Amino acid sequence: MKFTNVISKTIPNHYMPKWPRMKPLDFGSLGSDLIENFKALTHNYAPGYLPRGIFRVVVEKEISDHIKSWRFIILAGILILTGIGAVLSAYQTISTSLEASRWEDPFFSLRLFTAAENGLPSFHMLISLMGPLLGIGLAFDAINAEQIRGTSYRVLAQPIPRDYWINAKLIAALAVVSVLLLAITLCVMGSGMILLGAIPSIEEFWRLLGFVVISTFYIGFWISLALLFSIIFKQPATSALASVAAWLFVTVFYSILVTMMGQMVSSMRGGYLVWTRSLMSLLPSQLYSDAVSVILIPEIRSLGPLNTAQTYGAIPSPLPIGQSVLLVWPQITGIIALCLLCFAISYRIYMRREIRSR
Amino acid sequence: MKPIIEISRLCKNYGKHRAVNQLDLSIQQGEIYGLLGPNGAGKSTTILMLMGLSEPDSGSISIDGIDAKRQPLLIRKKVGFLPENVAFYEDMSALENLIFTCRLNGITRDQAMKVSQSLLNKVGLEGRGQQKVSTFSRGMRQRLGLADCLVKDPRVIILDEPTLGLDPIGVAELLELIKDLNEKEGITVLLSSHHLHEVQKICHRVGIFVEGQKLAEGTINSLADQLFGPQSFTLELEAYSSDNELITPEQIKRLTKGQYEILKVLEKSGCLLLTMSQENVSGIAKLLIEQGYRLEKLLPKKPGLDEIYQRYFQDHPQPLYA
Repeated sequence: MKFTNVISKTIPNHYMPKWPRMKPLDFGSLGSDLIENFKALTHNYAPGYLPRGIFRVVVEKEISDHIKSWRFIILAGILILTGIGAVLSAYQTISTSLEASRWEDPFFSLRLFTAAENGLPSFHMLISLMGPLLGIGLAFDAINAEQIRGTSYRVLAQPIPRDYWINAKLIAALAVVSVLLLAITLCVMGSGMILLGAIPSIEEFWRLLGFVVISTFYIGFWISLALLFSIIFKQPATSALASVAAWLFVTVFYSILVTMMGQMVSSMRGGYLVWTRSLMSLLPSQLYSDAVSVILIPEIRSLGPLNTAQTYGAIPSPLPIGQSVLLVWPQITGIIALCLLCFAISYRIYMRREIRSR
Repeated sequence: MKPIIEISRLCKNYGKHRAVNQLDLSIQQGEIYGLLGPNGAGKSTTILMLMGLSEPDSGSISIDGIDAKRQPLLIRKKVGFLPENVAFYEDMSALENLIFTCRLNGITRDQAMKVSQSLLNKVGLEGRGQQKVSTFSRGMRQRLGLADCLVKDPRVIILDEPTLGLDPIGVAELLELIKDLNEKEGITVLLSSHHLHEVQKICHRVGIFVEGQKLAEGTINSLADQLFGPQSFTLELEAYSSDNELITPEQIKRLTKGQYEILKVLEKSGCLLLTMSQENVSGIAKLLIEQGYRLEKLLPKKPGLDEIYQRYFQDHPQPLYA
């Protein structure tokens, strides 16, 4: 008694926890109460409540759609040919010019992906060319084709939030692309082991994994762009054309423009290289090839020109993987940011649009 | 009793065009209600708003006590919906399509299989489950669409133009199915159509929609009263005098003078149309026979929706543009 008095005196009243008053339990109605509560839980969504696992169902559906489609088979075929081409060209290059240094080269396995000679492109150059095609091919009709067929209408009449639909489109395409890329990369690596006896070290493996991740995001950018066009344009043919036009602009016309502008500006102010470099680095494909080159070729120490003071005293040795990643960190974040930006725009347009049946 | 679907003062604009204008609607549990109107009358827009797929500008909607504006997901969980021109994934089988819908509704994979199978049986697509939807006829697709609605085990289903593009037999079968669902399972049905006869066949009540407004509502009979006035009553008469000539309007007027009030007589090919204030088929028949006419046809004509519909558009050829 005394003790409790002390507590109540020393601790101010409002510090004492107030317990909710318990109702006496009525066991007779407990069962039905439980059932009522359960019903309330399952039949009335509180805002934000959804049965779990539905998003997964949508994604699974999208992935299976991709995998069963002819389009995917064609695109995968192109990618497999890319892989074979890369292996053959690397094989030729290595057997002619790199043979001598092969036992001293600590990154011999990576040469499979980067070796290029006699006009034959390397694997990562091929991916930078084919990646956009893959991304566009997977997503150019993601939204509008279903709208035209009328299937989106029926799905949206189900109890799923609207954004599940578009999120699932992106996630599914990304999943398909990443698995495909990983498979092809591992196949190339494996064939290198068989054909050339090139056993990858753990660092080489991590570098290749980094290459797959960056490539996935690069293709992810093209997926989001195609997704955006598939929302803006009602006809799949139009959105496909728009995506291809964007691709051509980026690969062909933009660099022409940049060269011309660089010449113009540098004739006035000088610094041609700086101008063209900074303008080119707005391009996703430029960002990608920079990032991937540095990741796959450890000897690259800088992306820009170095002056004599910078190279003075430097030992010409390969960079460790951490330093390589650090070197292209801006490029990597740039690619991811472009991908997210494109998706954010499509998301916003999509979510604000009226649903009509056709 | 509280209505299961309640709409009050609903408005929706598309730009300057007013698609739905101050709509009030209440539908009781267990009813089949027909939304009837020409294309572009705002039926589909109303239905979209009911499903929470489109945001109303003002007004309120509740289905089974759920606010469609606030809890669209819950509405879509509980209300079955058959869109206009329902489309399925063509390269998937009917069963796979249904299973996908089941899974979107949170039904587990094993359960979904059972539910889908039993629904296919219910709508008369037994044994067609493995077939791809691309091989389905239009009528079969509509049935599959109905099965798709029933996945949610709904108390209310909303059908947007369910009979559009079906052949007469397909229409009859589908309507029979809808009626069955209504009678056996007590499902409240709201359907839209611009096809009058179909609506007439199964709907308990009908609302006529033009330009986003509800013009009239009620059973088919009471609609006739509302639009034609209660006095209207039409008889189709074909009778010949002893010298084999068709009875003339003057003759019939003379005959019935003082006994029955005939408001209007129209001559149609081979018969007369009498508009009267009261229904008196037997009286008129008796009169004609007593006077020695040979009575061939005396047919009371109830005004169908066709007449109601046409009548409205005759009166308002240029609907209510403000």
